[in-house]
Amino acid sequence: MGTPAIEITDVRCVFGSQTVLSNVSLRIAAGETVAIVGESGCGKSVTMKVMMQLLRPTSGRIKWFGNDAETLSTAERQYQRLRLGYLFQGAALFDSLTIYENVAFGMRQTGEQNEQHIRQTVLERLDEVGLSQDIVSKRPSEISGGMQKRVGLARALALSPDVMFYDEPTTGLDPVNSRRIDDLIHSVRQSRGVTGIIVTHDLRTVRRVADRVVMLYPRNKLQNDVEQIIFDGSLTELAESPDERVHEYIGDEFDTNTPGEAATENRPPLLKSA
Amino acid sequence: MTTIVAENPINLLGRGIRNFFCGFGGLVVFMTRMLVSLRRGLPRRHVLVPILYEIGVRSVPVVLVTGAFIGMVLAVQTYTQFKMMHMESRLGAIITMTLVSELGPVLAATMLAGRVGSAMAAELGTMRVTEQVHAISALGADPVSYLVVPRFIACVALIPMLTAIADAVGILSGWLFSWQVLGINPHQYWMYAVQFVTGWDVMAGLIKSVFFGCSIAIVACQQGFHCGAGAEGVGRAATQAFVFSFIAILGMDFLLTVVLNTTYYLIWPQAVSLAITGAW
Repeated sequence: MGTPAIEITDVRCVFGSQTVLSNVSLRIAAGETVAIVGESGCGKSVTMKVMMQLLRPTSGRIKWFGNDAETLSTAERQYQRLRLGYLFQGAALFDSLTIYENVAFGMRQTGEQNEQHIRQTVLERLDEVGLSQDIVSKRPSEISGGMQKRVGLARALALSPDVMFYDEPTTGLDPVNSRRIDDLIHSVRQSRGVTGIIVTHDLRTVRRVADRVVMLYPRNKLQNDVEQIIFDGSLTELAESPDERVHEYIGDEFDTNTPGEAATENRPPLLKSA
Repeated sequence: MTTIVAENPINLLGRGIRNFFCGFGGLVVFMTRMLVSLRRGLPRRHVLVPILYEIGVRSVPVVLVTGAFIGMVLAVQTYTQFKMMHMESRLGAIITMTLVSELGPVLAATMLAGRVGSAMAAELGTMRVTEQVHAISALGADPVSYLVVPRFIACVALIPMLTAIADAVGILSGWLFSWQVLGINPHQYWMYAVQFVTGWDVMAGLIKSVFFGCSIAIVACQQGFHCGAGAEGVGRAATQAFVFSFIAILGMDFLLTVVLNTTYYLIWPQAVSLAITGAW
């Protein structure tokens, strides 16, 4: 196995008196799409934010593309971080900026591109996520939740990341928009070879886009010396896992006979209009 | 039924002291982060200009109104006392002195803390709660550079101007009221105002205002950046931003008055004898 895209080792996260993560280690290989699942409060989003260094762990090591994120210089960390994209649960678009300015934000911050190139990239990314140019002058509050998620994805993709983090990408969306987001995650991987890390409760999304599943269990329900990651394997292995806790979470509906990529490929093409 | 258990007062006091030092330490750390970000470079024009407009230009009406009223209130309050001593002609001196050295800076800062400080804390708090602050980091920018530094610059640069406006309007409204309603000779009003108020008094007021601007920006942004979850957290951050800023303004006013007066008498020792013998 080559250098993993993201690697966390013995990560521990304590907030006040509550231990959320305890000695969690995970390697994400370049090019794979990993779904992190588990019941609410088990630390899925915290794990992802720690990987992205949006949260500092109490202890543990984080490596981006083989480099220790803590020991990188400020400039190097800035550069490496631009290789990581993040789609937030609520899209986290900047309220005070237009859709255009939101998507252009990262590019403007780097200061490496002229405005003409930024404009072209913004329109291309919006088109890629199936949004028309008509919305560029609108504010985030003027578009729907599904469109906000797609703008959030366009904003992250504008910096051409090598790794994409998706924090509950389909939560709060109707089935049509959920499928649309799943298709986008899949097409981002297919067209760009982007490594994907998805935190989700939606097992349909897991089935559609993931090739590996990691299941976390709440720290407060475990004995001290027990591993917090209770499952790490393929979709087939997930369905066949002997662990009661895994089955309690996935229920009886998890059907690996409908693997993600095949199902996605058979679906109608992505809608290109808002 | 909930039973409320009275806590040991020693524990309460201990916790209060601990919270005070933790809060103060948090402010110092936040200010250091802000200064480090400020050293890296100034914010871009398209980021800074709207904040300058919001903090400076849009605060002018409220400063004008409060300045005007405080000038008239000072005239009303001091007139009776001065008249008893047959010194009502010197109203201009007391109004001008009070405004430029104390009330102008404190009032302008209080208005800024109420109008801008709370809004900044609420805005940054909402951005924190909705993960927009994390989004800035995720897009390769420093949230402190992007959000805090421009607000700090705007507060520090514009509060002396707002103070000068409050001073000027208060002095003018005091003059107008003294002349038109109290029948004070306008020539005497201005003569005593100029005679008793020195350039140092004006400068001391403006220097104070710069410190007030610093404290408003740091306290408000720190409260917003570290606000609790949900609407309740944002609301509390907005309230605390005003309360803590106001306490900081009054505390700093006292300290700066002592320091500036001491400095003044160190530079011009002859002023001490004038003050003691009484120039009045």
